[in-house]
Amino acid sequence: MSAVARPAPVRALGRPVGALAGGWLALVILAAVCAPLLTPYAYDVQSLREAYQPASRTHWLGTDEFGRDLLTRLIYGARTSLSVSGIAIFLSVVSGMTLGAAAAWFGGWFDRVVTVAVDLTWSFPEILIALILVAIIGPGTTGTMVAISVAYLAQFTRLTRAQILTLKGETFIEAARSLGASDGHILFRHLLPNALAPVLVSAMLATGDAIILEATLGFFGLGAQPPVPSWGGMMSAGSALVFKAPWIIVFPGLTVAVTVVAINLFGDALIAELDIRNRLQGRP
Amino acid sequence: MTALLQVTDLSVAIGALRLLDGVSLSVERGQILGLVGESGSGKSLTATAAMGLLPLIGGRVTGGAVYFDGRDLARMSEAERRGLRGRRIGFVTQNPMTALDPVQRVGEQIDVVSRLHLGLSKAAARARTVDLMTQLRIPEAAAVAEAWPHQLSGGMKQRIVIAMALAGEPDLIIADEPTTALDVTVQAQIIQILGGLVRERGMGLLLITHDMGVVAQVCDRVAVLYAGRLAEDGAVGPIFAAPAHPYTAALIGCIPQDGMAPGSLRGIPGVVPSARAFPSGCRFHPRCARATPDCAAQVPPLAPRGAAGAGRAACLHMLPEAG
Amino acid sequence: MLSYLIRRILMLVPVFLAVSVIIFGILHFIPGDPVDNLLKVGSSPGARAEMEARYGLDRPLPVQYGLWLGKVLQGDLGTAIVARRPVADLIAQALPHSLRLGGLALLFSTVMGVGLGIVAALNRDRWPDRLVMGGVLLGSTLPSFWLGLILMLVFSVWLGWFPVSGARNAAALVLPVLTIGLGGTALVARITRVSMIEAAGRDFVTLLHAKGLSPLRIQLLHVLRHALIPVVTILALRIGWILGGAVTVEVVFARAGLGTLLIKSLGQHDYPVVQACLLMLAMAVMLGTLLGDILQAMMDARVRAAME
Repeated sequence: MSAVARPAPVRALGRPVGALAGGWLALVILAAVCAPLLTPYAYDVQSLREAYQPASRTHWLGTDEFGRDLLTRLIYGARTSLSVSGIAIFLSVVSGMTLGAAAAWFGGWFDRVVTVAVDLTWSFPEILIALILVAIIGPGTTGTMVAISVAYLAQFTRLTRAQILTLKGETFIEAARSLGASDGHILFRHLLPNALAPVLVSAMLATGDAIILEATLGFFGLGAQPPVPSWGGMMSAGSALVFKAPWIIVFPGLTVAVTVVAINLFGDALIAELDIRNRLQGRP
Repeated sequence: MTALLQVTDLSVAIGALRLLDGVSLSVERGQILGLVGESGSGKSLTATAAMGLLPLIGGRVTGGAVYFDGRDLARMSEAERRGLRGRRIGFVTQNPMTALDPVQRVGEQIDVVSRLHLGLSKAAARARTVDLMTQLRIPEAAAVAEAWPHQLSGGMKQRIVIAMALAGEPDLIIADEPTTALDVTVQAQIIQILGGLVRERGMGLLLITHDMGVVAQVCDRVAVLYAGRLAEDGAVGPIFAAPAHPYTAALIGCIPQDGMAPGSLRGIPGVVPSARAFPSGCRFHPRCARATPDCAAQVPPLAPRGAAGAGRAACLHMLPEAG
Repeated sequence: MLSYLIRRILMLVPVFLAVSVIIFGILHFIPGDPVDNLLKVGSSPGARAEMEARYGLDRPLPVQYGLWLGKVLQGDLGTAIVARRPVADLIAQALPHSLRLGGLALLFSTVMGVGLGIVAALNRDRWPDRLVMGGVLLGSTLPSFWLGLILMLVFSVWLGWFPVSGARNAAALVLPVLTIGLGGTALVARITRVSMIEAAGRDFVTLLHAKGLSPLRIQLLHVLRHALIPVVTILALRIGWILGGAVTVEVVFARAGLGTLLIKSLGQHDYPVVQACLLMLAMAVMLGTLLGDILQAMMDARVRAAME
């Protein structure tokens, strides 16, 4: 381990851009977790008399076509959107790492099959893969989650496989092997932990893409079904009303954009920090 | 008569690293100067400075000057310097494998020089290119001119690079280790061709190399660089007969010779110091068998060595002249 | 070059088969009886028997796949359940709209992206570079459907410059092309910048300077030429992404096209149409990769040499 005790994410927060981006992400996550405490309104109670209100003192971001408070729905929508994308990417990372590590470790025909399958999916846009899967599984939160995790599976499989293949040839692995370490020990104690950092950083960046993908599927009406709010679903409803009540679609879109930009910027800061650490280690 | 290339007390830095420290050398018309040293001694940097291309690698002159034909490069406009490059100064790079644009036919890469600098038409430029290639002993030159770089061998590519350097009818050629990347058999041939052409045309040649054998083969004069400073310079004959600087002597000792027992070739112990931590005093002292405490304490000045006009060396304990 | 082309096309065959198996499988993976999924609710037993005979649904799966693939290769994509018309007709109607939109968006992304990439690379780490790279980050993170709606709101509703939706005239194409193209521009600009900076550091560029060529000429004639090789390859690979973007944007702007057809059919559970749309999009992706490889071989003699 490096001599610097603080982990890279903490150091990334020390950069101005990293702090700003990290702050926004923390805010969004906190809002999603504490949603009921933050707002006096319910996300699903309709009040048609209050429909189509622009931003005001009582409804900070206005109301939607059913008179529901937009900020409330945005906060609850963060729950859906973040958890769907987050869980999807988590599933994707776990299965991708398993597949990639197994392919790199066992080699032979298994490796070839995995590589061919990965290359095949790799060349297709995620949205297309997701649409095929949603066509099969059917719309809804589960369908979206599975679709997203399969869409990004190739990326993590490929990355893990490449990492393990590189690490396999390193001196410290050969040293461990010559000391009589078992396959399992080498794989789980040496190879996977070392492959983890790049995979986790790319998982973070993929979560940003996944949020957009989730919103797109939601926009097509294939994501979380009403009345459960999701960012994509809110924009789907708002798209028909864009001329009558633009705020219904503007705010969720801005939230998605700012969140995804924040994820990218924080990811960049993280990469920079990790690179500095590598360079420090590489110095004679 | 002013020297063609005159480098005076040149110091160069990249960032905080002071890589060249007060280097002086000169090349006259019709003369071949060998600039010798191990990797990291600052040879290539001297060449880059002489071409006026330091900004390309993020370097800057911190002291001294480079004069071409009596004119200070630093006082010229960038356009004037560009007018010199290719036209009056030809450049031959170290690695012919990466020196050519891989997606342009080799002939066109030579043509462009005479078209740009001599204002030749497309056809005239090509005729000149083929002529130059033939002089460089490239067989079927017209056909080779239509080849892509990846279709040629290393030796062939280096001839193309030399043809590029000659195409503008320059007065001076700077060749930065032109044969290092080539097969040993091809090395001698290339050096011979290059040396021959330079003499024929009365051009000056700054030949950068780490191989004293090459210097002995073609050069008139030699300058030895060590860790960014000049260790010794002078005419080739006297220096090879009696090197004054232990480093020069060690370099000469590295030349393989006929009748040597296998394994008797002497290397120089230790490595060239990093510019991050140059030793104090004489920078060669940690590797020098003759070093005394004085060597670590004071920087030896360049002083005349041996007979008058035989050159200079920077050493407190110059080797005695061979009897 | 010809033998390379043939080999490259043959390499697509297994990919096509794999993709077709998956698309064929959609009908069988979805819950419920495939025949029911192919029929309108309340169809007569006669229609049911006809459908079973048509797809050989009583036969083993591999046989069914063979029959289906045979028909697809002959251009018979089945009958749309809702529209009661040959799917091929629907596709033939939708495809030109998508191709026009996708093609223009591709053109826009290439021209804008390469231009901005050059500006950024030539002004590396100065304000034009920062500005471009900031725009690139934003452009690649805005959801395209949202961007489309906002453009529509600003330019069609508030400013009234362009028609709101539909495909009646050329002006109606501007906003959809812009919507897809901005994401593409971001991608192309980023790749152009990185590959130009990378190419500018190569050895042969030093020699070009040593030949006395002007920096601008070196950048535009030599460095850019190198930088364009990866740009072209990646652009071609992204043809699928751009069509993917077209799916979304067509829906937003209520334009006719493959995307609108796909999303509508998904909602109506019109599986033959869904299969056909996905097949078309997949083919476009495959042709894009093929095109990318061919262009790369044309631009770089080394690639040709490696292949022959």
